[in-house]
Formats: sequence, structure tokens, C-alpha cells
Amino acid sequence: MTARDVFIQQVTNGLTIGMIYALIALGYTIVYGIIQLINFAHGEVFMVGAYLSLFAFTLFSGFFSGTGGSIFFLVLIFLFAMLGTSLIGLMVERFAYRPLRGAPRLAPLITAIGVSFLLQNSVMLIFGPTDKSFPNLIETKKISFGAVTLTNLQILIAVVSLSLMIILHIFIKKTKTGKAMRALADDREAASLVGINTNRIISIAFLIGSALAGAGGVMFGMYYHTINFHDGYLAGLKAFTAAVFGGIGNIPGAMIGGLLLGILEGVSAGYLSSEWKNVFAFLILILILLFRPSGLLGSRVVKKV
Amino acid sequence: MRKTSRRRIKKKKRSNFFSEIKSVFSFKSTLLILFIFILPLLDRNAYHIDVLVTAGIFMLLALGLNVIVGSAGILNLGYAALFAIGAYTYALVNIHLHIPFWIGLWVSAFSAAFFGMILAFPAIRLTGDYIAMVTLGTGEIVRIMLNNLDPITGGPNGLLGIEHPTLWIYDFGVHSTPYYFLIFALLILIIFILKRIESSRLGRAWIALREDELAASCMGINPVWAKLSAFGIGGFIAGIAGSIFAAKQGTISPDSFDFVVSVTVLAMIVLGGLGKISGVITGALALSLLPELLRGFDLYRMLLFGLAMIIIMLFRPQGILGEHHQEEFKENLFERKTSQ
Amino acid sequence: MKTEASLSKTPLLRIENVTKRFGGVTAVDGVSFSVDLHKIVGLIGPNGAGKTTLFNCITGLSAPEEGSIYFGDSEILLSRLDCHEIAAAGVARTFQTIRLFKYMSVIENVMVGAHSRTRTGILGSLLRPRWVELEEKKLVSRAHQLLHFFELDQKANEIARNLSYGHQRKLEIARALASQPKLLLLDEPAAGMNPKEKEELLDLIRSIRKNGVTILLIEHDMKVVMPISDYVVVLDYGKKIAEGKPKEIQHNPQVIEAYLGKGIESHA
Repeated sequence: MTARDVFIQQVTNGLTIGMIYALIALGYTIVYGIIQLINFAHGEVFMVGAYLSLFAFTLFSGFFSGTGGSIFFLVLIFLFAMLGTSLIGLMVERFAYRPLRGAPRLAPLITAIGVSFLLQNSVMLIFGPTDKSFPNLIETKKISFGAVTLTNLQILIAVVSLSLMIILHIFIKKTKTGKAMRALADDREAASLVGINTNRIISIAFLIGSALAGAGGVMFGMYYHTINFHDGYLAGLKAFTAAVFGGIGNIPGAMIGGLLLGILEGVSAGYLSSEWKNVFAFLILILILLFRPSGLLGSRVVKKV
Repeated sequence: MRKTSRRRIKKKKRSNFFSEIKSVFSFKSTLLILFIFILPLLDRNAYHIDVLVTAGIFMLLALGLNVIVGSAGILNLGYAALFAIGAYTYALVNIHLHIPFWIGLWVSAFSAAFFGMILAFPAIRLTGDYIAMVTLGTGEIVRIMLNNLDPITGGPNGLLGIEHPTLWIYDFGVHSTPYYFLIFALLILIIFILKRIESSRLGRAWIALREDELAASCMGINPVWAKLSAFGIGGFIAGIAGSIFAAKQGTISPDSFDFVVSVTVLAMIVLGGLGKISGVITGALALSLLPELLRGFDLYRMLLFGLAMIIIMLFRPQGILGEHHQEEFKENLFERKTSQ
Repeated sequence: MKTEASLSKTPLLRIENVTKRFGGVTAVDGVSFSVDLHKIVGLIGPNGAGKTTLFNCITGLSAPEEGSIYFGDSEILLSRLDCHEIAAAGVARTFQTIRLFKYMSVIENVMVGAHSRTRTGILGSLLRPRWVELEEKKLVSRAHQLLHFFELDQKANEIARNLSYGHQRKLEIARALASQPKLLLLDEPAAGMNPKEKEELLDLIRSIRKNGVTILLIEHDMKVVMPISDYVVVLDYGKKIAEGKPKEIQHNPQVIEAYLGKGIESHA
């Protein structure tokens, strides 16, 4: 294998995790675009998604002992996790963030940190602090495209992620709710004045973001085979970096940011230990915020002149 | 003629000094101070004193972070990094250069102040949320570097063999009591200085900057100067706390300086009453003692912590002893702080 | 004094061809005019004409895309300086929407206004040597004097947000004057005031000018601008459409049209 082949392989692997980052990043960007809140707890929602899918597996595995229903099983697990995370996202918005809608930035940020602690430690208490192994939901098959080897899992992740992103894109562009979300992101006051139900739209934003994160959590578990209650914190931070990278508030930006970050991680995997990879991610975050805070594709949020 | 006037000036200086102290410390606080100093004589329980020492270190950290977040209004989620720099600086100069504590204290304070000011640079150009993420990121970077630069920092095992302070022939050793007195003496000194800053040109500049950065700059306040000084002073205090921590423990490792520590200190000042020195101290004391009272609920500690943060933000966002910002919330329903 | 006369040849403020764009909107379009020493100049124009944006350019809050702004006889290029440097150079302002430090006391607001005229630095604030204490005392007494001038000294220790609207506006002007500026920019100082307060405001502005301060003011109320201005500049859609003495402006058909719109008979 030539160095170039290795590189392409790394990029491919990076793209896989990049899709997951993109899904999480979308949650950050949608919420920030509308209410200018960095949902600190979003990473934990992703982690909860992973654990919920594990839970669903244990719960329903009895019904699906044969390999016949495996697609159905998979879909069920996804739905279970996404439903669960959507619910959590809705509740967090309703009870922790909404009352503080008018408060200066510090208050909801503290609350968000509190929620993230709450979620993290609840999971730790319920499921235990050690790594949990995630079962093989599908039989891994390898397919080679020349020098690049893909697993069917990677293809699955790509398919699911891209489908979700396309659905989201259509939703934002074509549906009435999607338009309302864009209106709110542009000018919240004006949007409410034309009769848009602000609360409802914001809730939907949280619902969508959390559902996507949940899906990402399931695939994360499937890909890495172990999950830990700490995963949310790290993945969340990286996904946030990706969102800012692409331009916070900018939906295509979040997708591209996630993919790029994944690629960067994939490529550096051979050369840096995991801890240094994280330093790398943080450094990127700081550098972007310093030199191009509007991100790659431009932020959609009005910034201070 | 000259002799009398010089004596008069000296007398005036002394009386001015006392009146300054009086202006800062009321009767109630003087009683409190006396009580604090008598306490170890009344309560001989070494464990209690130890807990108070830890609380004291957190109080120092809370005061330092309050300068940045409460007075100057800049959100900092990576304060533990400055704490760590203070601790590691003292540890390194002590282990390698055999610099005694009383000098090492100053060295680590200045080095933490210096790094604090470097951290200030992103804060100068960014708005609230972004500063939060940048400081978070820097906090993590510092911790990871401490964890991985083994030859310098000892990696995950940290550094050992840090000397305890010695006062002439008295070695502070591992007993908590001398540290107790040291910390509280420093606390009183720092509170005194911070209170005086409050009523000075710098203190007013910070508050103006926090309330309305735009208007403040139109009044001639240089935001760079104000933010640098806030981070510098906040860092300085963190450095002091760090070196005392290192000197007492004898060993330090990166685990003591993670994100949880940053958030804990932040929670202390927010829950206690942001901006007010009395609030900040109370918050630090309360949150330090709470885990002790909840000894049996160790596992639930972080959970309850998170819950407490949520609940207090919902019902009393100005903190337990805080004051005015409550009305400010309702006023700002649609206006965002970044709009002109 | 002879120097006084030669000084007055250079205008205090010279705005030359300033253009400011925000994305697709040109808020200020090639505006040029001067403000002479010790004069009161009124800046008027319909809403959105670019007046406040021009103020922002002068005070350093916005950087003009084109043009230059010169200040003082040494003709400092304001467009190159930061906000706080411009304030230190002697330009002070008030804001259209009042931007007091609402949770500071009245006197503290004024003391902050004097920031550029005091020298206590970080070390000084920490250690508080003799000279710092003296400077602080002088600052307090000067602030009291200023409040007295504005008849606000009874309320020196009140929190600024508890003041009535009219008092808040006065406080903002007091705060601006604390820096002993050469040029005072007033942005709609009469907004929200009743006629009696407006009369007081006119007297106030005249006294301020008597104390040697040059004034440039934005105002919508013609009953305030016209009696008090020595000179008036009119903006519309970012462009200067007229300038001259108040009487000339009042009869200028272009100005009337700008305010009332086309197709209306202009009655002088």
C-alpha cells in the first residue's frame, strides 16, 4: 500500500466519523442560529442516544433472535434512541432554557452546564461508570474499492447520515415550519410580530437537533463498539468546533465543518495520540474564533459591528 | 517647625491608614475575622481544619475568577488552567531550582498572571459565548499538555517532592493548621485590595465595561487595558492559590485541574452572587462544605451539583447574595447584549 | 488673543468625503462639512438619513470606507484612532438611546466619564499611594461640581436607572462633559422631553458653549435646533443636501421636500 492509499483510507475513515460530527454539529448550529445559545448539553444528548440504543437492544433483543428481522430491529433501535433524545431535548428546552429566554448570556450558559452535568451523571449512575460494550448490530462485511476498504457499517452510516441531512435540507427549504425557523433565525422579534409561534418553532429546533444527535449516538456506538458517559463531552466539543468552523448558524456549514473535522481527525490518527488529537481540535477552534469567527461559509448570526 | 510638621504628616498617614481599613472592614466583618482566627484553637479536629483549608483555596479561586467574570464581565470557563499554572510553576521552581515557598509564591503568581493576560487576547475581540468556548478550549489544552509533556510535567503522575513552606525553623509540614492561617491571612489581604479596587478608576472601568462596552470605550476606557488587567489580576490570585495548593499537597497531578474545577469555581461565584465579594466567598464556602455534608452521597455529588445550578438559575439567577440583575433580565427580553 | 483668532481659522472638526456602507446600504455618502471652534452646529435630516452613523464614524465606533475626519488644529486623523483614543483627544458624545451605566450611581457615571482625564493605572488602583487618593478626591469634587451645574447633585448616590427620563438625559450629558471635551456630540438630546425640559435644555447647551465647548447636535425637533444652532447641515439618504444658517435652511425647498416628500407645495 502506498502512502497515498493510506491517506485515502484515512480520509475515508475520517469521513465516517465526520458524518457523525456533522449530525451533532447541526444541532448546535440550528439552536444557536435561532436563540444564540450554545447548548452545552447537546453533546450529552448525543451520548444519551448511544446509551438509549444500547438499552433498546437489550430490551428488544428477545423479540429478534433470528437474523430475519435485523433491518427492522435496526430501525426500531434508531427510532427508540431518536425519540428518546428528542424528548430529552424538548424537556430541557421547555424547563431549563425557556424561562431564561430574556436573561443575559451567563444564566442560560450556567444552566446548560448544569444540564450537561445532570445528564452525564444520571447516565453514569444508571448504567455505571465503566465503558459499556456495544453489540454488533449488523455483521461486518468488507468491500474493497481499489486501495480503499469500506465496511458495510461505514456505508450504512454514510447512507443514514446523508439521508437525514437531505431530509433536513428539504425541511428547512420547503416546509412552512422550516421557513419559520429561518425567519426566526433572521429576526426573532419580526418573526413573532408576523404571527409565528416562537415557542413552538424553538421547540421544534431542539427536537430536530436532538433527534439528529441521537441518530449520531447510535452510529457512534455501532462504529466504536464501546461507549462511555464521557463521550458526549468530547464529541460535543468537537462538533461545536465543526459548527463554528463552518459558520455558526449556517446549516450547510455545519455539515461541511463536521466532515472536514472528521477528515482532519482521520488523517492525524496515524500521527497523533488521541489526547493530542483533542488539543488539535481545540486549537482549531481557538484559531477560527480568533481569525475568522464567521467560519468558512459565513455565519448567519448578526454579529456586533 | 519642620519636626512638628513631619510628625504631623506621619500621624496623618497612620490615621489615614486606619480609616482606610475601617472603610473596608465593618464591625461585623472584624468580628468575623477574629472568629476565623480563633477557630482552630476552639475546634481541634484536624479534619475540620483541613476541610476549611480546601474551602479557603476555593475562596481564593472564587475571588480571582470573580475579578474576570464578575467585575469585568468576561466569561471564563478555563480558570483551572491558571490554577494549574500557578501550582506547576511553584512545583517546578521548587523541585529544580530549590526556590523556597515564600519566593516561589510570587513567581507562580506572576507566571499565572502572565498566562492570564495571554488568554485575555482572544477575549478582547470576541463576544460572550465565544469567549466561553475559547477559554474552555485553552483550559483543556493546558490540562492535556500537562498530562502529556512527561519530561517536564511528570505526565499523569505529576510532580512529587514539592517542599512545604518553612517559616524560620518551623516547617509547615502536612498539618493543616499553619496553612489555615496562611490562607486566611492572604484572603483578608486580597479582599482588602479588591475592595479598594472597586472604588478606584480601574474598578469603575471594569463595571462600565461590563455594563456597556461600547459606551465605556466612548468614555475613554481602553477595553484592551481593562480586560488585560482583569485577567492579569485574576491570574495572579489563581497563581497564589496554586502555589499554596502545591506546597500543601507535596504532589500535584493534572487531575486536580480539570474542567470540573473550572465549572465548580464558576458555579461558586454565580450561585453565591456574582460580582459581590461577600457573595462570592459565601458561594465558595457553601459549595466546598456541601460535599462534606453529603459524604454519603458521593456518587450523587455532581448530579446534585448540576441540579442545583439549574434550579438556582431558574429561581434566583442573581445568586444567593446577589442583587440587581434580576430586573435587567426582564428588560432584555428582545434586546441582545451585542446589539448596538 | 492673537492665537485665538488664528486658531479659529482651522475648524475644530473637518469631515471630508466620508462614506460608510453596511453591506448593500450606503448609510453615509460622500459627506463633507466642518464645525468651527465654539460654534453650535445642528445636524438634521429625516429618519435614516445617516446622522447617527456619521456620529459613529466620528467617535470611532464605525470605520468609514472612504473619506477622512480631522480634529483640532493639529488635524488629528480621527478615522485612524480607536474609540477610547478619540475620547481622550477631546471628543465626547451622548447616545440616541440613553446608554448610561444603569447600575452605577449617578456620581459614578460622571466619574467614569472623566476616565481619560485621570491617570491612576492598575498599580495605582492596587496600592493606592498618596497621589492616587488625591486624584480620587479631586475627581469626586469635580464630579459634584458638574452634577451641581446640571442640578443633579442631590441625587449623586442614586442608582442611575432610578432617575427620571429627563434626568437620565441630563446625566448622560454630564457624563460626557466630565472628560472636559473640546467637541461635544449630542444625539437627539431632546427626545422624549416635554416643552419645559426642552427650554432648559436650550439654556444648558448655551451655557456649555459658553464654557468653551464646541457642539454638534443631531435633533429632530426644529424648535430646539433652529434657535440654538449657528449653522445647520442637512442630510438625506446619506448625502448632504444643504448647509447654512438656520434661516436659510428653513426656506430651502430641497430640505422641505426631504422632510415632507415630493408633490407637496412648499410653503415658506
